[in-house]
Amino acid sequence: MTPTPTQDVRGPGGSGGSRGPGRVPAALAALGRGGTATVALLLALIFVVIATQNPSFFEGPPLMSFAKKAAPLVILAIGQYLVIVSGEFDLSVGSLVGAQVVIAARLIDGQEAMTLPVVGLMMLFGLAVGLVNGLVTTLLRVPSIITTLGTMLILFGAVRYWTGGAPTGALSESFRVLGRHGIEGVPLLGELPWALVIALVLAVGAVFLMRSPFGRSLVATGDNDVAAAFSGVRVWRVRTMAFVGSSLTATVAAVLIGGYAGVTAQVGDGLEFTAITAVVLGGVVLGGGRGTVVAAVLGALTLEALFTLFNQLYMPSTIQPSVQGLIIIAAVAYAARRGDLRLPERLRRRPDHPTERSLGTSRR
Amino acid sequence: MTRPPTPLPRNPRWRLGTTGLVYLALVLLLVLSAALVAARGGNLFTTANTVDLLTRSSLLGFLAIGQTLVILCRSLDLSVGYVAALSTVIAATTMAGDPSRVLLGVGATLGAAGLIGLVNGLVVTGLRVNPFIATLGMGLVIKGYLDTNFQGPAGAVPAAFQAFGYTRIGVLPVSTLVMLGVAVAAVLFLRRTRTGYHMYAVGGDAEVARLSGIRSWVPTVTAHVLCSVTAGVAGLLLAARFGTGSATVYSGGYELEAIAAVVLGGTYLLGGRGGVAGTVAGVLILATLDTVFNVLAVDPFVKDVLRGVIVIAAVAVYARRGHPARRVRFPSGGTAPPGPGTGTEPGSTSDPGSGSGAGPGPDPDRGPDHGRGPGSAPQPLGGRR
Amino acid sequence: MRVPRVLLAGAAGLTLMLTACTTDTPTDSVEGAGLTPDQEWFDEAEFEAQLAQRDITPEGPEDQPWLQAIEPEWIDTSEFVHDAPEDATLCFSNASVSNPWRVTGFITMEQQVEALKEEGRIGEFRVSDAADDDNQQISDIQAFVDSGDCDVIIISPSTTATLTPAVETACESGVPVVVFDRGVNTDCMVTFIHPIGGYAFGADAAEFLVEELEPGSTVLALRILPGVDVLEHRWAAAQKIFADSELEVLGHEFTEGDGAKIKDLVSQHLQRGEVDGIWMDAGDGAVAALEAFEDAGQPYPVISGEDELSFMRKWKEEDLTAIAPVYSNFQWRTPILAADMILSGEEVPSEWVLPQEPVRQDQLDEYLERNEAMPSLHYAKFGGEDLPGFPEAWTER
Repeated sequence: MTPTPTQDVRGPGGSGGSRGPGRVPAALAALGRGGTATVALLLALIFVVIATQNPSFFEGPPLMSFAKKAAPLVILAIGQYLVIVSGEFDLSVGSLVGAQVVIAARLIDGQEAMTLPVVGLMMLFGLAVGLVNGLVTTLLRVPSIITTLGTMLILFGAVRYWTGGAPTGALSESFRVLGRHGIEGVPLLGELPWALVIALVLAVGAVFLMRSPFGRSLVATGDNDVAAAFSGVRVWRVRTMAFVGSSLTATVAAVLIGGYAGVTAQVGDGLEFTAITAVVLGGVVLGGGRGTVVAAVLGALTLEALFTLFNQLYMPSTIQPSVQGLIIIAAVAYAARRGDLRLPERLRRRPDHPTERSLGTSRR
Repeated sequence: MTRPPTPLPRNPRWRLGTTGLVYLALVLLLVLSAALVAARGGNLFTTANTVDLLTRSSLLGFLAIGQTLVILCRSLDLSVGYVAALSTVIAATTMAGDPSRVLLGVGATLGAAGLIGLVNGLVVTGLRVNPFIATLGMGLVIKGYLDTNFQGPAGAVPAAFQAFGYTRIGVLPVSTLVMLGVAVAAVLFLRRTRTGYHMYAVGGDAEVARLSGIRSWVPTVTAHVLCSVTAGVAGLLLAARFGTGSATVYSGGYELEAIAAVVLGGTYLLGGRGGVAGTVAGVLILATLDTVFNVLAVDPFVKDVLRGVIVIAAVAVYARRGHPARRVRFPSGGTAPPGPGTGTEPGSTSDPGSGSGAGPGPDPDRGPDHGRGPGSAPQPLGGRR
Repeated sequence: MRVPRVLLAGAAGLTLMLTACTTDTPTDSVEGAGLTPDQEWFDEAEFEAQLAQRDITPEGPEDQPWLQAIEPEWIDTSEFVHDAPEDATLCFSNASVSNPWRVTGFITMEQQVEALKEEGRIGEFRVSDAADDDNQQISDIQAFVDSGDCDVIIISPSTTATLTPAVETACESGVPVVVFDRGVNTDCMVTFIHPIGGYAFGADAAEFLVEELEPGSTVLALRILPGVDVLEHRWAAAQKIFADSELEVLGHEFTEGDGAKIKDLVSQHLQRGEVDGIWMDAGDGAVAALEAFEDAGQPYPVISGEDELSFMRKWKEEDLTAIAPVYSNFQWRTPILAADMILSGEEVPSEWVLPQEPVRQDQLDEYLERNEAMPSLHYAKFGGEDLPGFPEAWTER
């Protein structure tokens, strides 16, 4: 099965327009074209409701404030997308974000001079975690849900053991710049948050990455690893790279989250599920081979917009999970409405079965 | 495609093979743990420790047995923790401390749980929502309900029903006996009933199962209903032990632990292969670890680290055992030499995990139309290259 | 076929949002969000009792608040006298060390144990940690009972009420039982140790806001989690006091104590209007809330946090109008001391109510000085300054 052109449907332009109401017409036009369209429509709908509640939301500062908050999840979703599209799962990102923030606080301990070396170290640590996740999953053949559940537990326990149960130390002001501040004095917007710049760069980078040979191999691997292997893809390497990508994006997200709000004991809790939900909400299929990175980004924005909407509506906090649950189910159901193949599409990876193949290809 | 699927002859054998390995791992773990505890001057098998170990297994056991059925159908249930929490509340508020309302409470709890499972199943099959999202969403819905309506412990469980949580016969807690009973029932259900067979078929290959005339939604919905009901039983057990309903037990992370137990028990995360017997061993392995950590008074954070390492290592060992001397890059590449083949007996090195030990050669037990040539076993979620 | 479905789904989505709107309206009407405390969680008598307890001078040494008790009813413990306390085993079933408050307290407890061990007053100290799992903690307690090795069983329940049967089992074994922090629905234990309580905490915070803010000012409440009764009490008390005041409560939000969530929620409220005061049911993330004001370029609010150092340091740095209500962390010493008293047959209060005094502006410098070396997620009123391990045990952990 050759790499599909799915990635090409929406280019970087899609991601460039992924913020603000300018996307609404495009989304409406794309109505009925599967996951990406659904999530774009949902996002537009949520923004419309927010706009009716709070017309000033789309004036520069509030929107930038939203972007600052949403950027980490967008970045996490990009990383999670790489893993999911290759047919795996990464449950360790929440713990990793938490671990990285705690590591940063402890090692920097308020000293400005330590900032850069520690950020470098965090990147290396992220790389190491990604490699372990990837190699254990590919070479030791442990299902990734178990591998990353394991690393989630290990990181959670180890970092707390190291700091005696609660974070110690403090982040430096310069560490916090990326997550908290931005480029001042931009017309209309006021302050352009660094977090938004980083998220945009990573999103555009990811779109190009997915159009590169590596990206095609990644999708091909998730689509049908046997066929990918036969066509010369070093499946284990590609998947390991995906895990490394996920851990590195989680590290970037940790820098932004730590920068945004400082150190609390609960930082990172539950982010893995939010990230996976974002990716799936974008129509990316668990099991691999399907969906675009732009859709994953839109999924992340949609989730964040939903949280903002709840707040704008003064919805009682306790009801929010219920409404969130209903909306994501409804959105995914809607995306799957003509998904004649939601279940079978995962079977396409069996090359020896003619029926499945035809089912798989008929979708294209 | 008129031939009915015959998963039975194949699956039990496969299951026994892996299950044997899991039980071997359990025995090894018990021996090692006992030695370790003895070296510290203790005894792992005192009444207290044994009861502790078995009690720990009951709760996880209920959750994991149900989860096994769902996973066999190639689905997933992330709502079990929330269902269990809801069940404690329903049970305790319905019983309201009145012994004559115990039956009513049990009925209401299991009924509500079953209903949630039905919705889960229908959303997954009818609306074709990915089970991850469907059940996560259901969990969130239940969480919202609980958070809105319960601000602390609610209701009361009469002493008569608390016996379910505390009585024991010798070292065997009643709850463990019930759990084992449910396990046996589940094994029989999988082996002896049509729907049970079909679960393997659907999990193995829903499309082929459909083409073979199985209404593929029936087994999946059934599995979801049963899974929620066992989660309801887990909630009843919790209510019996707490003496009251506690809405916040959903934060216990039960769903991931149950999934870990199922996979540890050798069930294939993508459905179609595995079984309840292995799951019970997986549950016992996790419970043994917890008990040993407790006896050795391991630091709670180190506990998490060890748990993570051991679970990964254990599953890695199964995966290794399943692929002796093969190039790991293409374990399912189809070019490998024929595996143990049809003569494999439980005792011999059969082929757990990815099941790809066998080459692409036809397997008479299954017939080509079964669509799951061992050489082509898919490994998406748990890919292992 | 497809078009209707599209419409249907769209309609469904809209309905969801509209229902969300409408169900919401009543609570967020002019009077503010739910100002009457929920009947279920508001115990008027208990509320009054706790408020009164704040003004009662406790018995006991003034410089050792962990040994003080408010209106104690002393009971005889001679039946539990241990012949050789230096060999006695203390068993402690801990709910968890999953938040900084519990981490700090547990270190203090361990240091207290070391001190008593050195004096030869107790022997072994066994701990099992249930990682916030009620069921696990029931097993843990059962295991202590079954082991038969414990001379005192100390329990810090993970949830109020759910551990009642387990505590009863422990009592029935004849071993003296000490419960602290959260309670259970039984009085079979020898002593139940706790600070005054959640109502007093919430009231301290709310009264301060009422006092400091002009009538008509707006207050935002930040809460950790729903469904935890000790936290519900804090909020119930605050609701009661706010309802009798001229303040407008903008709403209450659950934050899970996560800084990012707190900062986002506060930022959003600031976008839509002024927030003059912040009421928190625990201090976690108070600094993140304050940073939201900084980033929005707005003046700091009047705020109630907790005696967590990161908040108190910020308070000093920025010269805030603030109060730090306290849920006395030094209570972690008391159970060990109580166990020691029980083993020597001394009288203990049957319900040991410890003092619980907020840190106010005039004591801020003193507490900051005393805790200068401590990490930012440490609690000022941890009460371990006189223990032998001070300060390394808390700083070098």
